[in-house]
Amino acid sequence: MSAPAGPLADLADRLTGLVGALRAHGVRVGTGETVDAARAVEALGLAEREPLREGLAATLLHGTGQRAVFDQVFDLYFPRGVGGPGDGSGDGSGDRDELRERLADALADDDTALLRQLAAQAVDGFGGYGSSPGSDGWSSYQTLDRLRPQTLLARVRADIRARGGNGAGFADRLLDDEIRRRIEAFRGMVAAEARRRVAERRGRDEIARRAVAPSADRVDFLFAGRDQLTELRRAVQPLARKLATRLAARRRRAARGTIDLRRTLRGSLSTGGVPMRPVLRRRRPVRPELVLLCDVSGSVSGFSDFTMLLVQALHDQFSKVRVFAFVNRIDEVTGLLEHGRADPEGLGARIRAEATLTGWHGSSDYGMALGEFAERYGAAVGPRTTVFVLGDARTNNLDPNLAAVRRVAGQARRVYWLNPEQRSLWGTGDSAAPDYAELVEMHECRTARQLSGLIARLLPV
Amino acid sequence: MFTSVDDVSTRLAETGYLASPAVATTVFLADRLGKPLLVEGPAGVGKTELAKAVAEVAGARLVRLQCYEGVDESRALYEWNHAKQLLRISAGRDESWDDTRTDIFSEEFLLPRPLLTAIRGDDPKVLLIDETDKADVEVEGLLLEVLSDFQVTVPELGTVTAARRPFVVLTSNASRELSEALRRRCLFLHIGFPDEELERRIVRLKVPALTETLAESVVRVVGALRAMDLRKVPSVAETIDWARTLLALGADTLDEQVVRDSLGVILKHQDDIQKAAAKLDLDAL
Ligand SMILES: Nc1ncnc2c1ncn2[C@@H]1O[C@H](COP(=O)(O)OP(=O)(O)O)[C@@H](O)[C@H]1O
Ligand SMILES: [Mg+2]
Repeated sequence: MSAPAGPLADLADRLTGLVGALRAHGVRVGTGETVDAARAVEALGLAEREPLREGLAATLLHGTGQRAVFDQVFDLYFPRGVGGPGDGSGDGSGDRDELRERLADALADDDTALLRQLAAQAVDGFGGYGSSPGSDGWSSYQTLDRLRPQTLLARVRADIRARGGNGAGFADRLLDDEIRRRIEAFRGMVAAEARRRVAERRGRDEIARRAVAPSADRVDFLFAGRDQLTELRRAVQPLARKLATRLAARRRRAARGTIDLRRTLRGSLSTGGVPMRPVLRRRRPVRPELVLLCDVSGSVSGFSDFTMLLVQALHDQFSKVRVFAFVNRIDEVTGLLEHGRADPEGLGARIRAEATLTGWHGSSDYGMALGEFAERYGAAVGPRTTVFVLGDARTNNLDPNLAAVRRVAGQARRVYWLNPEQRSLWGTGDSAAPDYAELVEMHECRTARQLSGLIARLLPV
Repeated sequence: MFTSVDDVSTRLAETGYLASPAVATTVFLADRLGKPLLVEGPAGVGKTELAKAVAEVAGARLVRLQCYEGVDESRALYEWNHAKQLLRISAGRDESWDDTRTDIFSEEFLLPRPLLTAIRGDDPKVLLIDETDKADVEVEGLLLEVLSDFQVTVPELGTVTAARRPFVVLTSNASRELSEALRRRCLFLHIGFPDEELERRIVRLKVPALTETLAESVVRVVGALRAMDLRKVPSVAETIDWARTLLALGADTLDEQVVRDSLGVILKHQDDIQKAAAKLDLDAL
């Protein structure tokens, strides 16, 4: 941390640091916004932290997706406090039970302010590591591992019920999930507090760059954890709606065209023959057909599952959508996908259980699968069909069967290949990406953000 | 217009709008910084209502531009009254064309639409550009122009500059991303679903006859539904509707029967209803 020359200089530093960190995380902040942010601080004053947070968010952000990153960065540059209740002197084990007691009470009361305070104490008492507590750093993982808040569920439930209230009523069945959500929120508070303490030690600029989790739509599919995949799946419907509107707009633009002279003149009769409102000829386009070929083998399944769900959610944009999954054999899964709408989490497992995707071994074989597609399902691809192939093109050093791809490309209107691997890795090891890329247009597609950009651009209308 | 963030909350509450701290802060800043406020969020969380409440608090006239697919300059900005112009042309057969032309492109034949209305005159106004995301992208260019200098040029009449800038609220359900340029022009406010405490207060305010306990249960169930992975989760509007329905049904507590019978008020899709019924342990519907 730089030594503050005075409160105002320090404030300017913080604001610049915050803006820099946001930019490093892909939030485009211009000078105009920075000026507005400074004016907001002036109008709001520094006395209260939450209005400051909202004010800075309102001036610096332009969309909802950036908020999670913003909150983490804000916590670093405008921390709740400096140091902590005991500055790491808590000896750990002794007061663990006591802290759990107080945590249970706070969870039962759903007292957010108290929970935040306890999160700070927990990190202080149990999160420090190194030769003396906290000398090397602070860990939320270690804190939560010692405190085990998830094991308080039964205790908190019993507390709430014992207090009576409307515990016996209908809403009682919601209680467990409600407590789980509170515990989840507490875990988030612990993580934020640990980040803040580490930032105090190591300089917040560095932490802001490295330790702030990117928003889910910027996480690499190939490295996304379970939680991030779940979060992504939740984003499928809104994303699909957004894309559908963009496709509709593209379709309208394509259809809007020439002036229909006859109808214009007919319409002008009411204005004494003066053609005041030109009538545009509307073209009723035939909706395109879509075929998806998805590698669902372990390494890329997160990517394929997400893309399949997204395309399924977009299905009414097309006259026909057919989806095929493969590992080393290929099978049609269109039906499974339609029925899978109600339970997107289970989709991948169901496909792997119900479709025939593997022959005598379990690893990907692009050549074999693509060959089987060309042979068995060749009729699915015609001059109105756009084909998307999803996968990393890692063939396990088997024959890539370029002839099959050439054949499909010859029949289809377009073939695109979306590869979740970063471009610099294409062609390394067993990747046949460069060979396939010579035959069909291949795009790098590592994140949900990239995917939606590609879909909006490439999908036929 | 406002002296502090708290002042915003208090006065909005007096009109029946309960603002979260984020809403109050951003409204305060939009007024102080003189910038348009872009409010984004799911349907039914009080975006439109917020603009109305601000207008009421400010004693300002609410001018509303409701966007839809195909809305254009002639609906948003101004239009010449063609029919009236034609009548005028045919009425004045013996005067010169120049005179006629000057006459038919005068104030009398102008139909001002919301954007022009909002910048004319010097009475206080709140301009609500509602559901901006429904308009075509081209309209954003127009909005950007008007919101940048608050002036509009009517070629035949000259330039109108706002003597007094309106307080501008744009809303969007985010069905598509608005252009970066328009976003940069605005302060950004996301209104999501309120926390339990706020939603309880909203329900109590809108449906005062509902008991405290029932209001609490209603809000808890709605919270649980929102945590489910549904096609369309209930919004504040649905919470209020449901509360009113329960009142009409004469229910004073929730039980399986009542919830089962009224689930259709909160959830709009059949598969959502089924899924929720299963998760809430209601017996087969
Ligand atoms: N914070 C609030 N205070 C008071 N009423 C609210 C609030 N939020 C939502 N409502 C109510 O919810 C309903 C839907 O609000 P509306 O403004 O139409 O939603 P939106 O424009 O976001 O779709 C209205 O009846 C409104 O009164
Ligand atoms: Mg509305």
